[in-house]
Amino acid sequence: MRRSVLGVVALVAAAGSVAGAAPYPPDPLQSPMWTAHAETIFGDDPVRFDPRVKVTYPEIAENQRAFPVALDARNIPDVKRMVIFADLNPIPIAVDYSPTAAQAYIATRIKLDQRTPVRGAVQLMTGEWLVGGGWVDAAGGGCSAPPISRVKGDWAQHLGEIRGEGWPMAAQSSGPPLSRLRVSFRHPMDTGLVANIATYHIEEIVVKSAVGAVLGEMALWASVSEDPALTIMPNAAVGDRLTVVGRDTNGREYTAKIAIAAQSPMPLALAQ
Amino acid sequence: MIVSRRTAIAALMAALPVAALAQASDYSIVPERVADGIWMIHGADAPILRENGGAIANIVIIDTPTGTVLVDSGPSLRYGRALKAAAERLTGKPVVRVYITHLHPDHGMGIAAFDPAIVAALPQTIGDLQRDGQGFSDALYRLLGDWMRGTDLVLPALRIGSDFEDFGGRRIGLIALAGHSAADLALLDEQTGTLIGGDLLFNRRAPSTPTADLDVWRASLDRLRTLPHKAVIPGHGPFDPGGVTAIAQTRDWIDWLETTMTQAVASGLDMVEAGQLPIPARFAEMAAARYELQRSVSHLYPAIEARMLPRVDIPNP
Repeated sequence: MRRSVLGVVALVAAAGSVAGAAPYPPDPLQSPMWTAHAETIFGDDPVRFDPRVKVTYPEIAENQRAFPVALDARNIPDVKRMVIFADLNPIPIAVDYSPTAAQAYIATRIKLDQRTPVRGAVQLMTGEWLVGGGWVDAAGGGCSAPPISRVKGDWAQHLGEIRGEGWPMAAQSSGPPLSRLRVSFRHPMDTGLVANIATYHIEEIVVKSAVGAVLGEMALWASVSEDPALTIMPNAAVGDRLTVVGRDTNGREYTAKIAIAAQSPMPLALAQ
Repeated sequence: MIVSRRTAIAALMAALPVAALAQASDYSIVPERVADGIWMIHGADAPILRENGGAIANIVIIDTPTGTVLVDSGPSLRYGRALKAAAERLTGKPVVRVYITHLHPDHGMGIAAFDPAIVAALPQTIGDLQRDGQGFSDALYRLLGDWMRGTDLVLPALRIGSDFEDFGGRRIGLIALAGHSAADLALLDEQTGTLIGGDLLFNRRAPSTPTADLDVWRASLDRLRTLPHKAVIPGHGPFDPGGVTAIAQTRDWIDWLETTMTQAVASGLDMVEAGQLPIPARFAEMAAARYELQRSVSHLYPAIEARMLPRVDIPNP
């Protein structure tokens, strides 16, 4: 893993010396990989750090194989793309989500291979990128430990099982009805960094309305946790029946139908 | 790999200024007398941190006619040595028995300082240590660095098979339970009615659940409640002189935890949000509550999701 990261650094350094590094703003997290990842993800688009890009996660990385991260940019208008990445992971990008007809919100769980910045970047319709995030301490090995289902040996029996549910969200005064969609797939999400197991992961998920309109779509990499779980907020009303279609790197497709049921999310006060 | 990590830590420590090195000095062992011939060493009511050297678990010293008995041994060789010296100074008798209540490293790694032949644990605990001990050791080295120097995984040689042990007339009941982990040992000093709960019992410090089975834990708490005891020494948190509070509070927390997480899954919350749910006012006095809630979300949430979220996949045409 260390070799591959150094390889990337060397390649990027070489590329940088030819193309000339874009003038990215200085990284408040002072990550050694900031410029390299910025060139890959943002290219020549303008970039700035913005506190409205809310990247939230637990205060402790209890499980480096499944670290919960939520990227919330609902306070920012005209978001067209949302990327979650961890600078020092051997597979830095976890998800690249386009909330086509959805709120600018995505939550999932990622692997952490060591202490690393965990970031969210959102791209506006103008092309500009806004970035937030912080350092997360982790024991490491999340990308280079075998998935639990590989150790148990039952991954193939459960491959493609999908669980999910949809909830209506509080009505807004204007705009489309909103829902909260949770969906999880049984999938080993093999990184290719564990002895003799090739990369094998879900690489695309599309959420569609009953009439087939795309509400949101995302690309995923193997740094998303085993049995990937996602929370998004598509434009959908009570009774709508959404279709979720996933595809993995072997070309296998996974399809689910999820109705937005007439139930309401738990008010936070309920926990009292 | 471990050798290289230790070497790396040693190199790092060598590069640090002297002030930082001074921090990794020695543990302060302050036994507080809680009953006739029984002392509790109150661990820091905090996560395992460099600042506390991992000394977060409560340790018990019992003065018996045949020698000093210890319950749990701390996180490291250095702690174990300091504990042995402090206990023998206190009682004037050599340590003749060390009980390990369960597999977690803040309780058991200190046995490196003792002859394994006098260290006793439940058979399941010894098996679990064999399986997980090296991983725990690696994790503590990462978190604690120099505090762990020289600590190696040692397995208890004595497998507990009876329900009491007699130390020259001072009988200590040995109660094999589970729930915080796959095997949890509770002890009852019959002479004073002091119940030593291990990590089945937390007092004013949030319970931790990395290896928990909450249903089994509840059954163990029911059993502990019925034991003829006057006072409780919890695994973490202050001494409970009435013997009721720690049991009730531990039960209250794990019930709340399970109910809250189940409701969170049923209501569509993600793990990040579940970890941010408000903690009820009645738990305000509990140390490390938010920290343990977020750890518990990590431990328990995926299984609750797998149980509660319906299958929605349809066969591809």
